[in-house]
Amino acid sequence: MGERLLMKGNEVIAEAAIRAGCRHYFGYPITPQTEIAHYMAKKMPKVGGVFLQAESEVSAINMVYGAASAGKRVMTSSSSPGISLKQEGISYASGAQLPAVVVNIMRGGPGLGGIQPSQSDYFQATKGGGHGDYRLIVLAPSSVQELYELTVDAFNLADQYRMVAMILGDGVLGQMMEVVNFRDEEPIVDADKSWAACGHGMKREHNTITSIHLDPAVLEQWNQALQKKYKTICEKEQRYELYKTDDADIIIVAYGSVARIAKNVVHVAREEGLKVGLLRPITLWPFPTKAFEQVMDKTRAFLTVEMSSGQMLEDVMLTVSGRKPVYFTGRMGGMIPRVDDIMAKIKEISAG
Amino acid sequence: MAVVFDRPHALVDIPMHYCPGCTHGITHRLVAEALDDLGIEGKTVGVSSVGCSYNNYFYFNCDMIQAAHGRAPAVATGVKRSLPDNIVFTYQGDGDLAAIGTAEIVHAAARGENITVIFINNTIYGMTSGQMAPTTLLNQVTTTTPYGRSAKNHGNPIRVCEMLATLEGPAYIERVSLHDIKHIKKAKEAVRKAFKVQMAGKGFSLVEILSTCPTNWGMDPLESLDRVKNEMLEYYPLGVFAGEDLEV
Repeated sequence: MGERLLMKGNEVIAEAAIRAGCRHYFGYPITPQTEIAHYMAKKMPKVGGVFLQAESEVSAINMVYGAASAGKRVMTSSSSPGISLKQEGISYASGAQLPAVVVNIMRGGPGLGGIQPSQSDYFQATKGGGHGDYRLIVLAPSSVQELYELTVDAFNLADQYRMVAMILGDGVLGQMMEVVNFRDEEPIVDADKSWAACGHGMKREHNTITSIHLDPAVLEQWNQALQKKYKTICEKEQRYELYKTDDADIIIVAYGSVARIAKNVVHVAREEGLKVGLLRPITLWPFPTKAFEQVMDKTRAFLTVEMSSGQMLEDVMLTVSGRKPVYFTGRMGGMIPRVDDIMAKIKEISAG
Repeated sequence: MAVVFDRPHALVDIPMHYCPGCTHGITHRLVAEALDDLGIEGKTVGVSSVGCSYNNYFYFNCDMIQAAHGRAPAVATGVKRSLPDNIVFTYQGDGDLAAIGTAEIVHAAARGENITVIFINNTIYGMTSGQMAPTTLLNQVTTTTPYGRSAKNHGNPIRVCEMLATLEGPAYIERVSLHDIKHIKKAKEAVRKAFKVQMAGKGFSLVEILSTCPTNWGMDPLESLDRVKNEMLEYYPLGVFAGEDLEV
């Protein structure tokens, strides 16, 4: 039995990274994720690691690019406007097949938006974000315990597939305190890093880390290799939670902090005699299509709930492909959906 | 028979893509000779930038990383902080370093990051076909200053060495030129010293190398060397701007 502690979400992300073997963190302050940097600044020197406050998010992600190229486990974190600045580096890292973990504790946008929780960076996280045909593994925790476990997993997945893995949380998760149960030992995947640029010691050919291929035929081959990898990930790495879906007439689809509210709705609805369940995507990319196939024949309708105008909604509609009706309710940038509002929508669907 | 001149081991034996008369080839050789002479090829990681030298990872035999435009000092920081016992250098042009990458170079220098920067100043963007660089001289005609650079419209050229030398971080900063053999020899010493500064853990080192771009200047190679001597030296004086007394 490991340690059991009451901790803030952001601090748990930092602690989880260190436990996962991350010894390099490069960041830049932005609310509501800055506690990650505070924690790293205190902790990294004590574990022989590196904390460096960069001059910008652009530089921070490029320092990540350097440390990842050198073969190290490395992380950066930010919130929405800062993640926009990191997109250049994320695209390059994706092109160069570099493993790294990027944390986005989302706040309301567009522009400077606000500092309250939001889920409006779903498109940016799951559809590429920067230029080019690439994907990130996007993990969406919904509790502090999951922030811990998924952060450790993010490092393993990043190393295993040589790509960027993103923790997509929001201001609620980053700022809330919950009990977290730490393991005594983390399940660390020991990935091959013989590709790293770390000095060849005159013992091998020189390694090159690059994302440029000016010969279009070579670039296409490179891209096709990336796509093949992404296909494997779609087959193998989908994660989700199905909650009381076996007999559900209506299944709420929600992730992150909104999924917690949705779980309350499931309880309230069932007390009122309405059979409601929850499908909670844990990986937003790959999108958990398998979860939908499990419940498709049994349910009557899906209700997507988000803290956005309905971004994941598009993936739900693509997956359901007209086989069942898909409804949406949500609040925009910084406003949190209430149980009553979601219940009203469920009653409307039930009556219809 | 005695070999008196050979290709440095740190240079790969393939033809380079640079234009005839371009001085990139000379600078590559100077860097490679330094890696050979100091015996550090095996522990060196180079960072290529964006510009004509974007793919010099084909030419250097050490491990290489290609960086986004202007970001090489940040990438090099990430590498050096990960591998403090290795030698890390960036190879950047004037558009890369002094325009889009200004924040990265200033802060790497301010931190005294223990890396070596090879900075090519040829007063023009070469790869994208001859646009104005931050280092373009007043009245110089480029594809984006077709009537010549004017202080009023475009501002004055940036002297990178002088600017960075105002910071406390840099251990060694020198500007050299490649316009004749005597100066190439001085450049060789400067490049070598920059790497030695890093090896001694003294901190940030940068060598600015006044270079040519015959293609985009519209000159033949000899005229280009004359331009460096007659026009560039006046605005960009040679010399040591930081670490003159530094013994390594």
